[in-house]
Amino acid sequence: MTSGRLGKDLLGLEHLSADDIRLILDTAEPFKEISERAIKKVPVLRGKTIVNLFFEPSTRTRISFEFAEKRLSADTVNVASAGSSVSKGETLVDTARNLEAMRIDMVVMRHGSSGAAKFLADRIQSNVINAGDGKHEHPTQGLLDLLTIRDRRPIAGTRVCIVGDVLHSRVARSNIWGLLKLGAEVAVCGPQSLLPMGIEQLGVQVFRRIEEAIEWASVLNVLRLQLERMQGGYVPSLREYYRVFGVTLERLERAPRELIIMHPGPMNRGVEIDSRVADGPHAVILDQVTNGVAVRMAVLYLLAGGRPELAESAKGAPER
Amino acid sequence: MPPEERQLLLDASAIERTLHRMAQDIVRQAPDPRLLVLIGVQRRGVEIAARLAAIVARETRVEVPRGQMDITLYRDDLEVVGPRPLVGPTELPVALDGRHAWIVDDVLFSGRTVRAALDQLADFGRPARIGLAVLIDRGGRELPIQADVVGEKVTTGAGDRVDVFVRELDGRDAVEIVRAAKVRA
Repeated sequence: MTSGRLGKDLLGLEHLSADDIRLILDTAEPFKEISERAIKKVPVLRGKTIVNLFFEPSTRTRISFEFAEKRLSADTVNVASAGSSVSKGETLVDTARNLEAMRIDMVVMRHGSSGAAKFLADRIQSNVINAGDGKHEHPTQGLLDLLTIRDRRPIAGTRVCIVGDVLHSRVARSNIWGLLKLGAEVAVCGPQSLLPMGIEQLGVQVFRRIEEAIEWASVLNVLRLQLERMQGGYVPSLREYYRVFGVTLERLERAPRELIIMHPGPMNRGVEIDSRVADGPHAVILDQVTNGVAVRMAVLYLLAGGRPELAESAKGAPER
Repeated sequence: MPPEERQLLLDASAIERTLHRMAQDIVRQAPDPRLLVLIGVQRRGVEIAARLAAIVARETRVEVPRGQMDITLYRDDLEVVGPRPLVGPTELPVALDGRHAWIVDDVLFSGRTVRAALDQLADFGRPARIGLAVLIDRGGRELPIQADVVGEKVTTGAGDRVDVFVRELDGRDAVEIVRAAKVRA
């Protein structure tokens, strides 16, 4: 009945066991209901101080974490790189050490460099949750995607195709690790310029044509074309991309089965996804957002953990 | 491990009789059975609440709504329990305002679970009254909390354990006391 397996930090899904992942998803289930209550708050993280340290712009993820923290009664502080001492040239470690000197308990960090979360976690005592590091991982997004699929069908054996800009996508990497560990079949589909070299070695299939992906899959996770990370040359034009790889209603109508359509947001309507699909009956995009809060509550709850060294002195306290 | 001494406190038919008496007590204390709601505390409190609700329904011909709650997120000792316990579901089927809400649990000991349950109920609404019904009161309170309806009182030492088995989860109905071994020779 206990969870001792997760460590101090959540840096990615690559190094979690299938049991760890299942524990987080199972823990997220009861947390869903808290957000449906009139009073959306439980006292479990009362007195914990959490810093949301965002070195890259984020709306959805930052707000989702903040809701999760507040619904667990933690005290939160948001630090964005613009307007902070980071813009004065302070190093990441100095920023974090200064925060830690103010006696914080957890850091939720988004950073543009792959590996930044691990770098930080190795150097501070507080729990670190990776809210996206460069092109590396975005574990809570991966977890909420898993939860959203699991709400509808068992993950093991499900065929999930990740479509689009896999190259720049930390969401894709976290999804691939998580899905494979839970026994899903995983594929990617996109223009060659947007698929990392050697991606097959992770154990995923590669489709070059969206029509093949649609014929094969029962879940499409449509990624955002990360225009801000592309310095030209990856796709001929957005219109061309939509014509060849866009997930359109016409293409889905030819699918042999009903597909579940996911998107981590923010969407480029008319680029990677047809508006009629995004707003259609098979899109679970807003459910992903709802599940995001529950998954983040679960991660915060599990990492906040107890201090076993205190358990000895309090022995006999639990009921029965 | 020292050997443990296991004692049967209630067998299946004794539990049945006890629950019957508890249900009658609950009905007697309510101005109108239609105002009742029984809320079981995870996990075995949920089964006890279901049995009590079934008896009340039989006796009064009123379907009593029942809910369940997991009080883990309201505990005061999470800081010291080590790895985090799994959290079970909390479901309250009706608005609590104006109701006679009963917290139902299998064993009352320190009172800390009930304290957490009271805090949690307060976040769900304002019942006209909150009662506490427990199958076993084993003493040993650490808070000023008493039950309104008690199935069986038993004196226990701090190291003893009270095991409640219910057929829905354990395949049989029984209450057993496991006495901590006396000082070894």
